[in-house]
Amino acid sequence: MRASLRSAAPAVLLAAGLLGAWELYADTSGVESVLLPAPHEVASAMWSNRGLLAHNFAVTAQEVVLGLALALAAGLALAVAIHLSPLLRRAVYPLAVGSQAVPIPVIGVLLVFWWGFGLLPKLVVIALICFFPVLVTTIDGLASVDPEQPKLLRTLDASRWQAFRFAELPAALPAALSGARIALAVGVIGAFIAETSTPTSAAYAGLGREIVLDAGGFQTPRAYAATVLLFVFAVACFYSLGLAERRLAPWNIRPRRETP
Amino acid sequence: MATELQSHPEPAAPAPAAPGADVRLAHLSFSYRTERGEQLPALCDLTLGVGAGQTLAVVGPSGCGKSTLLELLCGLATPAAGSIQAPPAVLMPQRDLLLPWLSALDNAALALRIAGLSRAQARRRAHDLFCELGLQGFQRARPRELSGGMRQRVAFLRTLLSGKPLLCLDEPFGALDALTRGEMQEWLAATLAREPRTVVLVTHDVEEAILLADRVVVLSQRPGRVIADLALDAPRPRGRTDAVSVALRERVLGELAQGMRR
Repeated sequence: MRASLRSAAPAVLLAAGLLGAWELYADTSGVESVLLPAPHEVASAMWSNRGLLAHNFAVTAQEVVLGLALALAAGLALAVAIHLSPLLRRAVYPLAVGSQAVPIPVIGVLLVFWWGFGLLPKLVVIALICFFPVLVTTIDGLASVDPEQPKLLRTLDASRWQAFRFAELPAALPAALSGARIALAVGVIGAFIAETSTPTSAAYAGLGREIVLDAGGFQTPRAYAATVLLFVFAVACFYSLGLAERRLAPWNIRPRRETP
Repeated sequence: MATELQSHPEPAAPAPAAPGADVRLAHLSFSYRTERGEQLPALCDLTLGVGAGQTLAVVGPSGCGKSTLLELLCGLATPAAGSIQAPPAVLMPQRDLLLPWLSALDNAALALRIAGLSRAQARRRAHDLFCELGLQGFQRARPRELSGGMRQRVAFLRTLLSGKPLLCLDEPFGALDALTRGEMQEWLAATLAREPRTVVLVTHDVEEAILLADRVVVLSQRPGRVIADLALDAPRPRGRTDAVSVALRERVLGELAQGMRR
């Protein structure tokens, strides 16, 4: 416990320092609150709007978690398929790369036409943005097995499936988890894009929608409060995934360097 | 390390050392196709045999096709010409290729898992031999935590537990420091004395060949063919500095040098 406190200390100190500088700048420079609210204004906006923010946060958090799950499933499945089939690699890989260049607003209306104004089109958008890093890192991970390893496994009478299960799949796991972390970092902004570039019913709101409405309606402190929630959520997700990695791929943990 | 797994009521018999059949290679030729599409001959008209239960050492200059010979024996490649008569063979590559996510015991028992045993069954079957071969206490260690010599022990045990009568060892101790290598050669000699198998040992270490083998075959430069075939009948265990060993070493080195000049 004390060790984890100590390892969090630099980040906490840096954040506190930046907050202090921000507060000082906002209070003394004469910048309008509607342009840059001071941290204390953001905090008070967060407190007085806590019900609304909590509701919208729950919606966005759900989008990110489910969207990432979808992205992981799609990325892993596609990576395995591409790894096992040279034909699929040639056929699908270029399309997967190209899919990353499609601006979401172009297809937003179509997604809504297919899946309605609710959660599902948002999940598809997040998955579309997030599957790619998982795909690329997993494909590389699957191919990272020593080229001599298949020979050895064949003389141990391993089938193609056993070679995959005993060697290639575990070898790809750390890489896939790295891909998941990259996906997560873009997943939160992906949720913002999903909420703001697909037509949405008035009843459906997440933090992304709220930020756009508040920023346009001169409710800047509340937009900042919502942003702070996204910020903290991204950090929390990132480190939870790090914890998951320690459990799922413990052989891959580098011994920590001791620092005085 | 952690304590023993459990005690086991049932006898943990590793796969029995089937006596197997003799190995006969007749007029074997093999070529590689290079990336530019040229045929690169690796072995040329190679004929040799190993009696069941014997250890044959194959020495020769780098790139003389020694590793190719093992791949042919293991059925990983098909010869362009000639015939192979060999019992089922298992390969121990130069690098240990232990799986980093498995414990030492699970790595040793890999062939048993592949044969369809559950993790617990495979561990139980591998456990006794694992401990008797000097690995006691390292069951749960990951490969990364083991020294080079220990890793090779685990890799050899994995080879042994495949239950195949013919072991193809490709420079098993080539990556070890001299001290550990000497120790491992003695360990292998002792292990083979209690777990007899037919062994084809590819090495560039003449001393290793003389310590371990019943016969030494010297290959020429590429394309490899047999230029000397020496029976070693000195009693075992053999010492490195025994007069017989020293004389044999001189002889093999002489043949090697002649082969290089030819």
